[in-house]
Amino acid sequence: MNSKSLNKIYNNSLLGPMIFFAVLLCIPLVTSSNYVFSILTMVGFYALVCIGLTTLTGYAGQISLGHAAFYGIGAYSSAVLTGTYGLNPWLAIIIGAVISAIVALIVGIPTFKLKGYYLALATLGFGIIVFTLFKELSSITGGSNGFFGIPSISLFGFEFITDISYFYLIWIVVFLAILFMRNIIHSRIGRGLRSIEGSEIAADAVGVNLMSYKLQMFVLSAIFASVAGSFLAHYVSFINPDLFVANTSIFFLIMVIIGGKGNIWGSIVGAAIYVLLDELLKHYVPLLLPNVGGEFEIVFFGILLVLMLIYMPNGLVPQFEKIVSKFKRKPSANSTLQSISANATGGDNK
Amino acid sequence: MELLSQMLQLLFSGLTLGAIYALIAVGFVVIYNVTGILNFAQGEFAMLGALISISFVNMNVPLWLAVILSIIIVAAIGGIFERTAIHTARKSSVTTLIIITIGVSIALRGLAILIWGTQVQTLPSFTDNTPINILDAVLLPQNIWAVGISIVILIIMMYFFNFTFVGKSLTACVVNPFAARLMGINPEKMSLLAVIVSAGIGALAGSVIAPISGATYDMGMMLGIKAFVAAVIGGLTNAPAAIAGAFLIGIIEAFTEGLWSSGLKDVVTFSMLLLILFIKPEGLFAKASGKRV
Repeated sequence: MNSKSLNKIYNNSLLGPMIFFAVLLCIPLVTSSNYVFSILTMVGFYALVCIGLTTLTGYAGQISLGHAAFYGIGAYSSAVLTGTYGLNPWLAIIIGAVISAIVALIVGIPTFKLKGYYLALATLGFGIIVFTLFKELSSITGGSNGFFGIPSISLFGFEFITDISYFYLIWIVVFLAILFMRNIIHSRIGRGLRSIEGSEIAADAVGVNLMSYKLQMFVLSAIFASVAGSFLAHYVSFINPDLFVANTSIFFLIMVIIGGKGNIWGSIVGAAIYVLLDELLKHYVPLLLPNVGGEFEIVFFGILLVLMLIYMPNGLVPQFEKIVSKFKRKPSANSTLQSISANATGGDNK
Repeated sequence: MELLSQMLQLLFSGLTLGAIYALIAVGFVVIYNVTGILNFAQGEFAMLGALISISFVNMNVPLWLAVILSIIIVAAIGGIFERTAIHTARKSSVTTLIIITIGVSIALRGLAILIWGTQVQTLPSFTDNTPINILDAVLLPQNIWAVGISIVILIIMMYFFNFTFVGKSLTACVVNPFAARLMGINPEKMSLLAVIVSAGIGALAGSVIAPISGATYDMGMMLGIKAFVAAVIGGLTNAPAAIAGAFLIGIIEAFTEGLWSSGLKDVVTFSMLLLILFIKPEGLFAKASGKRV
């Protein structure tokens, strides 16, 4: 494939984000319901986490069951730094991201020597440790009672208080994150990561530094999760440890799987479907089963997850692409590239 | 003297916890050995076992029968789980299989909420629960039941794997699935059997712990993860080592809780897990290190 056609692919695929965000930013023209915006804002937080996580899972082929920890570190850093110490929220977000990056690095160096099950277990254990610390270090975090009164975020004197303003804020951040991640994926690092997902041994043999690539991705995804957590904290103004339990990590993974791991768009689709399903289930199931309480909706997500992995292991987005390419006469360059990468990754997965 | 009785007390609760973890951990090891899958839904079998026993007891079924029925039902659920989720996806990658078992575990947890709600439920103790005083430490008969049952089950498992035909066939599948197939053993049947047996043992573990700590829909997760830690300490493939690991975890937990902080016991346990994974991922009791390929 010559560089001209590669360029074409890149430009073609840049069209997608532009259209998507144009549509998204037009949503306020159609509706002005605060409920809709609050839902879309939640999707934004999750999408931000998943953009990082999908790259780690899909491109680097590494599983993490501990990303709620970074989401929480971001949220609590922002909460404590702005709420207790009165720092500027933007500065707090950056400090939170730096803390998360350092923690990810410290945890990642030994963890990524592990594979498969051990990696899943180690990240799960890490997540539980961090969750317990949020709960137990109550003099700093407020413990199980939570942390109240996190100030709102403002830019050039404009305060993001209303749902609609926060909706814009978070989606602009998501947009930037997508552009950033796309550049990474289309770079040398991205190709290196893909080769790891295909076969670690082969990647190692052609000189890809496995450890360094995996670690970079882990740190990057931790930063994304941390930033999302910070924005969450400033949005809801009250956080408690239960937002960051091990289950949250698992739900991030579910979103990634629904959308299709290794696909940035998948993370938005996955987050949107998760939030919508969650709202629908919470609204309609109690009408059918009036006595039901607690997080009953996990039964549906569990089954959905299993079915997706068995019958649609690549997630929803590749299915959309299949449908789209059926309408086109010639298979598009994009799908050719995908089939090439699919072939490349079809080999040794163990 | 007071210190001694406190230590003894903590040792009793540690051994009880350890016995429960041991039962679940053995289930992990059996499934991992035969199928190569670490089953994240293992703790949920214990949860289901406890809650189903309680439901039967509430229907005035005698306790012993309730426990047996619950073991049978959970074993059947395990069988269905193996056929539908693991068997259909057996050619997927390790990562996919991990996530599938996670999916099953949260589905089971959600199902438990729909059936039993979120309230803590209790099961009566197996026998009259008059505390026994030993050196001023209190020992409940249910604690003895827990340790006793787990020791008996573990001995039966040992016998089963080493001296019976079916058990040896299972072991053969572990050692070399290809050769086992050539000898006329069907590894897929063995995989089903392994999951059924582990699910049954898990259900028993749940029923044993229910009179001590109560039963809720979310008890399985922590039980499962702790048993995981035990299995990892034992090196994942070695059942006796996993049992030793389970008792170690139970005792460490009891002592952390008693002497330091109940909130931080999870931090201690999982820090230990991370430490072992980082320093000696082949398990504390491994003689020679070798990679399973």
